[in-house]
Parts: sequence; C-alpha cells; structure tokens
Amino acid sequence: MLGEGILKGLAETAKNFAGSFVSEDRLTTVEYPEQRIPTAEAARVFPFLVYDGTDWEKGLRCVACQICEKECPPKCIYIEKSKDKKPDYVGKMQIYPARFDIDVSVCMSCQICVEVCPFEAIKMDTEFELSTSDRFGGLLFDREQLAKSNEHYHKIHPTEASEVDARLAEEKAKVEAKAKAAAAAAAAKAAAPAASVTAPVKSESTPAAGAPKAAEAAAAKPMAQTTTAAKAADAALNAPAAPSGKPAPASTEPPKTAAPDAGSKTSGE
Amino acid sequence: MTEKADQLFVLLKDWLVSFLPGNWQGVAGVILGVIGIAAIYPTLFALAVLMERKGLGRMQNRIGPNRVGPFGVLQPIADAIKSLTKEDVVPVNADKTVHFLAPVVLVVVAFMGFAVLPAGRNMVLVDMDASLLFYFAMGASTEVSIFMAGWSSRNKYSLLGAMRAVAQMISYEVPLLLSSVVIVMMTGSLSLVKIVEVQHHYTWGFPHWYILTPWGLAAFVMYAIAATAETNRSPFDLPEGESELVAGYFTEYSGFKFALFFLGEYLGMLSISGLGTTLFLGGWSAPFSFLEWVPSWIWFFSKVMLSITVLIWVRGTLPRLRQDQLMNFAWKFVLPMTLLNLGVAALWRFMGEGWLRWIVCSAILIVVYVVAGRTEMRRKHFGPRSYRYAE
Repeated sequence: MLGEGILKGLAETAKNFAGSFVSEDRLTTVEYPEQRIPTAEAARVFPFLVYDGTDWEKGLRCVACQICEKECPPKCIYIEKSKDKKPDYVGKMQIYPARFDIDVSVCMSCQICVEVCPFEAIKMDTEFELSTSDRFGGLLFDREQLAKSNEHYHKIHPTEASEVDARLAEEKAKVEAKAKAAAAAAAAKAAAPAASVTAPVKSESTPAAGAPKAAEAAAAKPMAQTTTAAKAADAALNAPAAPSGKPAPASTEPPKTAAPDAGSKTSGE
Repeated sequence: MTEKADQLFVLLKDWLVSFLPGNWQGVAGVILGVIGIAAIYPTLFALAVLMERKGLGRMQNRIGPNRVGPFGVLQPIADAIKSLTKEDVVPVNADKTVHFLAPVVLVVVAFMGFAVLPAGRNMVLVDMDASLLFYFAMGASTEVSIFMAGWSSRNKYSLLGAMRAVAQMISYEVPLLLSSVVIVMMTGSLSLVKIVEVQHHYTWGFPHWYILTPWGLAAFVMYAIAATAETNRSPFDLPEGESELVAGYFTEYSGFKFALFFLGEYLGMLSISGLGTTLFLGGWSAPFSFLEWVPSWIWFFSKVMLSITVLIWVRGTLPRLRQDQLMNFAWKFVLPMTLLNLGVAALWRFMGEGWLRWIVCSAILIVVYVVAGRTEMRRKHFGPRSYRYAE
C-alpha cells in the first residue's frame, strides 16, 4: 500500500533516535578533541628526521646527501651541508645537515623522500595537528622541530621500525666485521715477520707463538662473525620476548615499550 | 486561578493598556500584540532549530551540537551571532533593490500570517471574518519573495531554485487550499476563531477535533503533505537542493539576509503548523475534557511544536523527490484525493447522525486511497530503451 515504506522508514529513524540515547556504540562519531581514534600503523602525514640515542644533534642519521631535496616533487625540503663532520651510526665520519627545513604548507605527504633515503634518516610521522596561528614561520619546520627519536619511530610504526633497526644492525655488524678482519689481517701481517724471527726459538711461553694461530683464526673469522651478527639481528627482532620476560614484574611499563628499548640498544652506537 | 492563568497574556495586555488615555488604548493593544508575536515566534524558531539539529543528529546516530552552553542549548544564539557578524555580499550584477527586498518581504509576510492565528482563548491579534482567506493570501505571497530572490541574484542556480520553488509551491497550493476547504464546508465559517470554537466540544471526554473524523483525517494527511511542500521541507526541498543547486534561491545571500531567509523559512513552518493545528487539531482546546485546566496557549504551542517534531522526523527519514515525482504526486494523487474528500465531507454532512456515515465515508476513502496508490503511484517498469534512428 502507498505509504508503507514511509512508515517503515519513520520507524527506523525513531529506533535510531531512541537507540542513540541507550547504547553508546550506536554513535558512529567521535567527540574529536577529547576522544580520538588511534591512528593506523600505516598512517603518514608529514616527514620527520630520525635520531639515535638521546642527543638529537649528535644522533641525527641524516648525512645531508640531498637526495630527498632533489626528489621532493613540490620542492618543500631545503638542506644546507655542514662544513665539519661527525661520526654516523657506524662510526664513520660524515657531514651532517647544518640546516634542514621542510615547509608544512607545501609538503604533500607523498613519502618519496622516505623511499629514496639510503640512510633510513627520514620517516613519516602520524602527527596531523600541524595547524598554527603563525602562517609564515610556524609552517616552516627546522631541524630541531623535525628531529624525533628512534623510540618515537618505534612507537608510531613498530613493525617498520624494527625492520629498519635490524637492517642497520646488520650493516653495522658487517662494517665492524670488515674492520675487525682488516685489523686482524694487519695484525697478522705485523706478526708474520715476528713469527719468523721467533720460530727457531720454539719457546711455547712467548706471546708471539700464538700469532700464527690467531692469524689462522682471523682468516676463518669473517664468516663466523657475519653469522653471529645475523643472529644478533634476529635477537633484536625478537627482542620483546627476551627482555620483557625478566624485568616485567619490576617495571610497570607495558611490554610494548620494551621492544623499542631493545632495538635502540642494539643500534644505539 | 485557572481562568487567570488561561487569560494571563490578555490580562497583562489590558493592565498595560489601562495606563493610557482611552482613545490610545486600541492602538496600544494592537502594538502590544505585535510585540508579543514578534517575541514568541522567533523564540520558538530558535527552539525549533535546536530541536532539529539535536534530533536529526540522533536520528543519524550522531550526538549533535553540544559545545555551546549545557548540552548545546545556546547553539541558536551562537548561530545568530555568527550570521549577524558575517560579511553581507551582494553580487555585482544583482538587482540591488530587489535583492535586498526579497528576504524582508519573506519575513514580513511570514509574520503577517500569525496575526490571524488564535494562539489561545481570546488570544488573536485580528479576529476577521475571512481570516483563513487572509492567511492563504499571505502564504501565497512568499512565492513572490522567493522569485524576487532568485531573479535578482543573477545566478543560474538561484534562478533554477526559484523556478522550482514557484512551480512546486503553486502546485501544492491547490491541495493545501482544497484540503482546508473541507473545514470551511463543515463549520460554515472562514474565521479561524470560530473554527476552533466549533471543535471545542467534548463527547464522553473526547474532543470534537476534525482529525478524528474520516474526512478530517484524510484532509489532515493531504494538508500535511502540501504544507511540507509549501515550506520547502525535505522530502520536498528541491528548491534548495544542496546537492544540485548549491542552496537554490538563496545561493547569493550571506550574513544577515541569509539569516532572514532562514528565519522566514522556519516562521513559515511554524505558521503552517499553527494553521494545521487550528484547522484539524482543535487549536487551543485541550485533548481531553479533564485537562481543560491547563492554559489554552500551552496547548496551542505544544501542538505546534509537536507538528514541528513530525516535520523534523520526516526530514530525517525521507530522501529528496525528483522533480517529475513531485509534480506527479501533486497533480495525480494529492489533488484527486482532496477533490474526492470534498465529496466525502458533503456526504458526511447530509447523511445525518449515526454510525452508518462513519463506515461509508471511511470505506470510500480507504478504497480510493488503496486503488489510487496502486495504480497511479505504481513504479513504472520501462522496457529496454529502443532507438529509432541510431541503430
């Protein structure tokens, strides 16, 4: 009959009207400034610069290679290289950005800077409340405003951050192994003439007698070293299980925060 | 005591007027009445806006405005301040005079309608013999103001909105009038005061409202449909059609003039609800005889607000009609039904007292309603489209 549908519809809206007072989970909206929906892990808004350790200026991973500046489609990044150098995460001396500015009003959140960065130095933040009353200065973020700790990165993108940490740890271990191998080779080279000198003496108590053995071991070491490094990286990945098991009763922190701590320790240097 | 509460405003007016010399008293009384109307209806407008915003929110599973004041009750005041402080933009090519006059005419005309509505016992500003006619004359004038707004803006959306509004309002004016004519037939009077007085009788404690008769109920339904269309409310809000025409005829209005349009629209709703209350719901008379101690004006205003609630409820439920559906519905269904209702009312009048007329009149209306609803309003099933020349 004509009008039946209208009555059905009216009943439906009446049900909604009454139901919204009774059950809270009927309400689809969130009262924003007070209540918030947690941002998704894959959310991305605006880039930030990652630093390791506690001092943002020392720990900044960025080496001012300017790849992001060149790749940025709307050209919102401005970098000035430093004159001096500082050690990076593996201890190699690198230049660093004396100035690193990103214009919030120009950035289009495309994440291209993150994808091209070879040093894992720039990542996307989930902070979206970037409005300011100062429309010129307030929208140009400098180095200090952009620098955020690795712990923050772990908090907003846990999976991605631990992957990055594992990669960095592996790289660092590789570099260290290479350095160690080089050092060992150098030591062996230095020891070889000494051994030839001491060989006729055949004295077992002299420290130099161990040198050939050490050289032998060093030759075999790079392989072993890399495997152990890989294991260490794995341990860093699976870190939450190990450290949180023991200190859990003592510390009131949730086990979630244990992961970034463990991760940062492995790559902290 | 109850008598005094009932006549509170009348006594207040008489008391205030008594301070003036005799030959000034008539004019002063009218001015006081105008002040009363200009105070009470905008207040109801604010209340209606609040109810609409909160109620619609709840119907859509939202909370609605709750920031300004406790539970957001001061929201209409915040809206008013916002509208008043906004810049008033007039298009360069607009006809400035007409552009300015349109909202003023709308509000003035909407207020004029209240002059003849009896808001309580002895509470009517002008008790004229043809007050129903006067009311419809004023109601029809809103079309002029809407067309003024659309034409003077020099904007295609405004003009389209105004064209739609005029087409729609003229189409629905006919069933609106015809459904009211039934009441005039039964009471034999065009005076709204008289119409309420006729309904103010009780049998076994139940009132003699016209909605409680078969032809009155049918007329009330037709009246409600036509009134919704007449005030450009959803589902008949094609003239505004946000999704199609920006805002229809008031696209080019901003600031205070926009607020006037908004006020005019809600005053139209209030006045047409007031007329519906007067014609069908017994005006200021109580719904049961044992409730007669409640002041009459409380009954009138609560009935008006109840009608507004229904309008809000319908707005929260129905989607907008298409232009052809709108016109088909007006001319093919509502108009024939009102014409039939005139005949049924005449039958009722001449069948005399008794239960037989209840059965006969109800049967005619229901049968025709069902048959017309099935045949006229059936969804047309079109076949696959055929092209005569473009094969």
